[in-house]
Amino acid sequence: MSLELSEPLQKVVDSLSEKFSEQLIEVYQSSGDTFIRIENSALIDICTYLKEDLGYIYLSDIVGTDRYTSDDRFEVIYNLLSFKDQARLFLKVWCDEENPELESVANIWPGANWNEREVYDMYGVRFKNHPDFRRIFMPEDFDYFPLRKEFPLLGIPGSIELPNTTPDTD
Amino acid sequence: MKLSDIQSKVESTFFKEHQKALYQSLEDKHTTIEEMDDGDPLTAKMILNMGPQHPATHGVLRLVLQLDGETIEKVKLDIGYLHRGVEKIAENKTYQEFMPYTDRMDYLSPYSNNVALCAAVEKIASVEVPERAHYIRMIGCELARISSHLLWLGTMVMDAGAISFFIWTFKEREKIYDVMDRIAGHRFTVSHARVGGVANDLTDEATAIIKEFTASFPKELKDYHKLLDRNRLFFDRNEAVGVLRTEDALGIGATGPVLRACGYAYDIRKFSPYARYNEVDFEVPTRMEGDNLARYFVRMEEMSESIKIIQQCLDKMPKGPVRTDNAKQAYPSKDEVYYSMEGMIHDFMMTDTGICPPEGAEAYHAVESPKGELGYFIQSDGTGHPWRLKVNAPSFANLQVLENILDGEMVADTVVIIGGVDPVMGEADK
Repeated sequence: MSLELSEPLQKVVDSLSEKFSEQLIEVYQSSGDTFIRIENSALIDICTYLKEDLGYIYLSDIVGTDRYTSDDRFEVIYNLLSFKDQARLFLKVWCDEENPELESVANIWPGANWNEREVYDMYGVRFKNHPDFRRIFMPEDFDYFPLRKEFPLLGIPGSIELPNTTPDTD
Repeated sequence: MKLSDIQSKVESTFFKEHQKALYQSLEDKHTTIEEMDDGDPLTAKMILNMGPQHPATHGVLRLVLQLDGETIEKVKLDIGYLHRGVEKIAENKTYQEFMPYTDRMDYLSPYSNNVALCAAVEKIASVEVPERAHYIRMIGCELARISSHLLWLGTMVMDAGAISFFIWTFKEREKIYDVMDRIAGHRFTVSHARVGGVANDLTDEATAIIKEFTASFPKELKDYHKLLDRNRLFFDRNEAVGVLRTEDALGIGATGPVLRACGYAYDIRKFSPYARYNEVDFEVPTRMEGDNLARYFVRMEEMSESIKIIQQCLDKMPKGPVRTDNAKQAYPSKDEVYYSMEGMIHDFMMTDTGICPPEGAEAYHAVESPKGELGYFIQSDGTGHPWRLKVNAPSFANLQVLENILDGEMVADTVVIIGGVDPVMGEADK
């Protein structure tokens, strides 16, 4: 598949493939957006390089997805922006179902803090060296990860302790 | 007294693990502060739980503040009280079926949310939108921006102590409800955008009422400026309060007016223009101070820019269809549905199967909602339901900013700062 990258994105792909040729898995485009998939192990290095040298100083969002495959089940997508180049780039990593764990990028972009908590809350992907690792929407007492595909739409009865609806009479 | 004693004093009745983790997290923030003294109540330290049921928190936002006298030492936010799992719901609905749910996310500006979702679906499924529909959407989005900013203005000024102001901004907001009623047939949750266009064309009556509003609103805006711009009390409450420093703003992920008040002219309408924003002329107001007052000025100027955009849209709007005429991509018009067999079948197919983007396609599309960058990330598996739909909500990003800028402020300023950041919990909690 041939790529039609804009000039600044072409530069990013070129410099990444030069510096991290081993860790770059694939580069592809879909609906006009550019996605770069990398090895988990190089996440911190590549993110630091993208921020420090290529000007991707703004992390807009982190998306978790459940690919529902037997290998590399979970996908985490970093939505990065460069104001200098007016470009948006998506960085992807895959992780296993058994022990989904990634390095936290909260030390590179402090704003990743809540976004990573959200990915953990919804999919159970853990982040190492995270400054405040907790769930964010669901209470800590909740044992499931609701956006995983096997979680039923109607929820699991009894999984959340609800407050007593009848008023206390003491 | 060590702070860790707090946990033994709090007897949570439910979500015990959650409460424990929250207090632990508060304890762990800025770990340099360790000792808590008990003595004079004005200098004593205490933990204050604010919310989730609190009139000034703009919804169900809970803050746990550690106070030293009247100063906030550190704060943790607890969100999720309005978590309805819309992303899970989206995976089980067609794109069009999900659209009314977006109204209930940022419920202060439903129109922008509809447009954000529809634009993302159009991007992933390569749907062409007619020219006229783009302009109608822009008018709707800008009205939604004014409506949202009016609510922010009213509540923020009320948080600062002026109650009557709230009634005046709501008078104008009421007019926007009427305009929306004429445009879409609904006052509040409009659900007007459709994949491939909008639900219906603007009637002459609707155009007239929009014109009337754009003519009368600048005068009201001038009055607001007159009342607040040189108001000593308002300045004292807002100047140098809730400062987000320019160097921190990007890293922490601020967006929308909060980011623009720090000096970055980041506006999706200019950054990657959608609809026909590249054909209208407008400014992106910015300020350098990053405090609550700067946010006030940015939003006030945005309202007058919005009026400018609406007027230009009304002038430039071409005649023509308002929805793409392709039965595989958009609902057919009601005329077709009621009077032809094919139209009926197409309508049924759109409702049953919906629009099917190519298998494996991924797309992200963002719009500039009143609160900031509102983006939808969609992954398709080739069916009419999204495989994954992620909402990048601006309020979520801005609440994270709030957690960081509250440290060191006065407790009395908390509500003003929340008002200045202007979060909507429906959107932040998803």
